[in-house]
Amino acid sequence: MNRVINDADLVVEDMLAGILLAHPELVQYESNPRVIRKRTSSPAGQVGIVTGGGSGHEPAFLGYVGPGLVDAVAVGEIFSSPTAKSFFDAFRAADQGAGVACLYGNYAGDNMNVKLAMKMAASKAMNIRTVVANDDVASAPPAEIAKRRGVAGEIFMWKIGGAAAAQGYDLDGVIRVAQKAVDHCRSIGVGLTPCTIPAVGKPNFQIADGLMELGIGHHGEPGIEVVPVESAAAMAERMLAPILADRDFTQDQSVVVLVSGLGATPVMELYIFYAEVERQLRAKGLRTHRCYVGNYFTSLEMMGVTLTLLGLDAELSRLIDQPCRSIGMTQSE
Amino acid sequence: MSEHFPSNTGSAIVTNLVSIIVANREYLSEVDGAIGDGDHGINMAKGFSRCGKTLEGRELSLAEALDELTLALMEGIGGSMGPLYGSLFIGMADEVRGRDSIDGATFARLLRGGLTSLQDISDAGVGDKCLMDTLIPAVEAFEQAQASGATFREALHRMKSAASQGRDSTRDLVAKIGRASRLGERSLGVLDAGAVSCCLILTNLAESVEARLVA
Repeated sequence: MNRVINDADLVVEDMLAGILLAHPELVQYESNPRVIRKRTSSPAGQVGIVTGGGSGHEPAFLGYVGPGLVDAVAVGEIFSSPTAKSFFDAFRAADQGAGVACLYGNYAGDNMNVKLAMKMAASKAMNIRTVVANDDVASAPPAEIAKRRGVAGEIFMWKIGGAAAAQGYDLDGVIRVAQKAVDHCRSIGVGLTPCTIPAVGKPNFQIADGLMELGIGHHGEPGIEVVPVESAAAMAERMLAPILADRDFTQDQSVVVLVSGLGATPVMELYIFYAEVERQLRAKGLRTHRCYVGNYFTSLEMMGVTLTLLGLDAELSRLIDQPCRSIGMTQSE
Repeated sequence: MSEHFPSNTGSAIVTNLVSIIVANREYLSEVDGAIGDGDHGINMAKGFSRCGKTLEGRELSLAEALDELTLALMEGIGGSMGPLYGSLFIGMADEVRGRDSIDGATFARLLRGGLTSLQDISDAGVGDKCLMDTLIPAVEAFEQAQASGATFREALHRMKSAASQGRDSTRDLVAKIGRASRLGERSLGVLDAGAVSCCLILTNLAESVEARLVA
């Protein structure tokens, strides 16, 4: 295992030190080193946006803290949910008196820790609501959609929710549009190599050379099929098929495409893949309103790519175009 | 008076729990690595040793020491195990708060209180290939022994053997919850790491209590 680290047990602590040094616009919240917030808070009366999750997915989750996006984030160990205390502290860091929308992904640990954090918040009379992303079509059949995991589609939930908060939506409104973003969004991933948690020292799953796993999860959860590695064009077709079969995107005005590397994929190859995706969408009569191509939501050093589509109506279209500024995503007016 | 143990031995009892988890750090990660992330031992040892440090040089009651353990797990480790074990230990602590001595009937309430608190945040049950496969039969075995008039010591023995049987039963189960559930049939043939750590905890707890029993 060749890695650029000091101590395998302290990679999260050491990363946070670097993040805070490199990005003075981000600060630790009070005495909790596992909560990162914007140095300049949102104005009083604006709905707070919180997320959180395990580390190893950078720039997710902490890389989406910034104006027009997330106010505060709870940071967990690698691939492991943040503590309930950290979610609770993130609620406190984000609360500007108009309530807090906690927008996170559907994982057992996150569900439990958020639930406990909400108990703590209730005892302080804080108003917290949640939206749970479940955009990964490979993780459960349509009949069990509530069991699906949240993956890169979480970014759209933060973008839409964050833009709505910045535009003065109240908590009900923010929750409604964030849920709409999740409902209009589908994702799938493909993995070509495994990844290694530094403290473990070896991969906890295998993908044989020459093979790839369709539907692999962000922590290496097994996918739906293992097939020989194929061309980017064939991968795009194989990944679009289950997304388009799961939701009718022709009902939308247009779509937003997010192509994210999983950590080890050359950015060059993400663009090779994107060209195929857009070409095939066009052939199906789908119009692309906007695209995001890069390392937006990774899984340590896994080789592979995730594809996410978001179907737009007029409201989502307006919100996705709003400006935002963060490590992971910046766009101007 | 029936068999009981003094509740002012909390620090020693919980320190033993810390030691057994820290000693099994690598083993638990190895078990977890077969079907999970391989970090169960790392995270558990991190949370438990955090508690070990706060207990050093302090004489706490069992409830107070379990509170420290809960805090260390809830604030120190997240994931699933922080809230699950945190809920278990706070539920146990709540049943023995303010008591000077703990007899078999009270210990039965401690076990049931821990389980109920855990069930408050988890719907898992026996057969899901998780720590419940160890915990539920162990709690029931103790309660049944109590109800049938067994001594505290004998009830502890029955709890220990039910816990080990429960742990071993996970080998033949297909995971239904947690990260391993994605593996389906591929999760067969290996133990569940949570069931293993739960068995270590219950066994160690039973042995600590047994060593402190007075008639």
